[in-house]
Amino acid sequence: MTTVLTATGESKTMILNMGPQHPSTHGVLRVVLELDGETVVKARPDVGYLHTGIEKTGEALTYSQAITITDRLDYLAPLSNNLCYCLAVEKLLAIEPPPRAKYARVLLTELTRIGSHLVWLGSHALDLGAMTVFLYCFREREELLKILEMVSGQRMMTSYFRIGGLALEPPPGWLDRVDRFLRLFHSRLPEYETLLTDNRIWHARTKGVGVISAEDAIALGVTGPVLRSTGVAYDVRKAFPYAGYEEFDFAVPTSTDGDCYARYLLRVAEMRESEKIIRQAMEKIPAEGPIKADAPGIVPPQREKMKTEMEALIHHFKIFTEGFAPPVGEVYQTIESPRGELGFFVASDGSPKPYRMKVRAPSFVNLQALPKLVEGRLLADVVACIGTIDIILGEVDR
Amino acid sequence: MEERRSGLEPPAGAPGPDFVTETADVGPNPIVSKLREWEPRAVAEVIAFRGETTIVVPREFLRRAAEYLANAPEFDFKLLSDITGVDRFPVEPRFELNYHLVSISQRARLRLRVRVPGSDPLADSVTPVWPTANWHEREIFDLFGVRFEGHPDLTRILLPENWEGHPLRKDFPTEGSR
Repeated sequence: MTTVLTATGESKTMILNMGPQHPSTHGVLRVVLELDGETVVKARPDVGYLHTGIEKTGEALTYSQAITITDRLDYLAPLSNNLCYCLAVEKLLAIEPPPRAKYARVLLTELTRIGSHLVWLGSHALDLGAMTVFLYCFREREELLKILEMVSGQRMMTSYFRIGGLALEPPPGWLDRVDRFLRLFHSRLPEYETLLTDNRIWHARTKGVGVISAEDAIALGVTGPVLRSTGVAYDVRKAFPYAGYEEFDFAVPTSTDGDCYARYLLRVAEMRESEKIIRQAMEKIPAEGPIKADAPGIVPPQREKMKTEMEALIHHFKIFTEGFAPPVGEVYQTIESPRGELGFFVASDGSPKPYRMKVRAPSFVNLQALPKLVEGRLLADVVACIGTIDIILGEVDR
Repeated sequence: MEERRSGLEPPAGAPGPDFVTETADVGPNPIVSKLREWEPRAVAEVIAFRGETTIVVPREFLRRAAEYLANAPEFDFKLLSDITGVDRFPVEPRFELNYHLVSISQRARLRLRVRVPGSDPLADSVTPVWPTANWHEREIFDLFGVRFEGHPDLTRILLPENWEGHPLRKDFPTEGSR
């Protein structure tokens, strides 16, 4: 540690509290910084301000009810959480959704990835002083939220994926709407890049800032774009395919720079890959067919069947009064959320409520790498580094 | 079901100590056989469920097994995805720690499980092996009250420092005043 001479001739460091109410901490994150002049000597993230006991709450809800609280974890990509939780419970039950639901899930999850990356891009640029990008990104995201509203009835807390399939029949014409969005998005993405990619101020704020090595990143459990910026091509969609991703053709962009600029380029490239996946899903998705698995007693029966079949009526009543009981056992399901490896550990004791529901939140784990990114750098870089990890406090604190 | 969750006393008909949550040792698994070759006592039980392998490791072998799995080139479990605590109250040993390992080079996943008794909730810290375990272990200490020996900074992480009790324990009251 270097020492500084103050006016009184003493050398000392200063402790500075950044947050929990600071606009660039993206929520209620507190970072205790030890500063030597303007240089960060030590950084200690302090989390928990938004702890709401989601895991404990999950133990008191039935398997179907618990979907609604998964939305609240990573509120910028609720469908990723829905998907991961549903896949975990489906694994526990050994059921699979029909093809129409399967491709709709991939399509919508990739749409939310674009939406989440747009919010990241806009807010990250805003933190670093580029306000225009923020307005543009939110303009496009608005279109995306309208699609989610059209499909699920909700803009953000969608709860659209259910155990065994989808909640509702997607409305007619929704794929045209997605197509319209993609064409618009395709033409507008280069506009954002013209604002940032070759911008000298942007370079100065992000190039060589927040560098982390591949070894450090893996040791700290970092996943997602932050890990891929160090040259490790680890993407759960490729490494451990789920939900039918093995049928899609897409690339995993990587970089070896490991800095904030590399992570910016990667996320923009990922948006393009998501666009490719959505296009493929639109071709694969069957126009007709069931949206829920045929699993009596687990998936609610169709309305018509309830009026004609006694068994369907009984199942309907039982599902909504007491839920269903999966076999005893534990599963751990991971997916590639916009932020990294999202995991759900679900343990069943044979009752209709999860015995334990643990969320492996990528933001929580990635945030642990913050000291590694900022120590030894200037205070202003802390803002860039927090932004580049792309944390969501709802997920960090759960 | 409700009574079993909130009551402190095990109700009649509650699962006893033989409450089995897993299937018996099944099929040959190269990871398991290599681990057995290395140290037969490190593998207490092998559970296969829904294509996932769980190796139950005796508490005293956790640290050594972790080092071996992380550093042996044929395993290369360099990425610790998650540590999950489970409280099996009133079954003893009541706490389960599940370590979810990922090998990026071998494209493999593995779960290590350690059982920790309620009378002595202590396990070896794996933070020296996987630095990412630091926050996971703090979270388990915070919410379950399991202590980790050798942890650099075992303090609460999500709850306030003056909080009493460990909310994810099954005998933590979920309603009423404390």
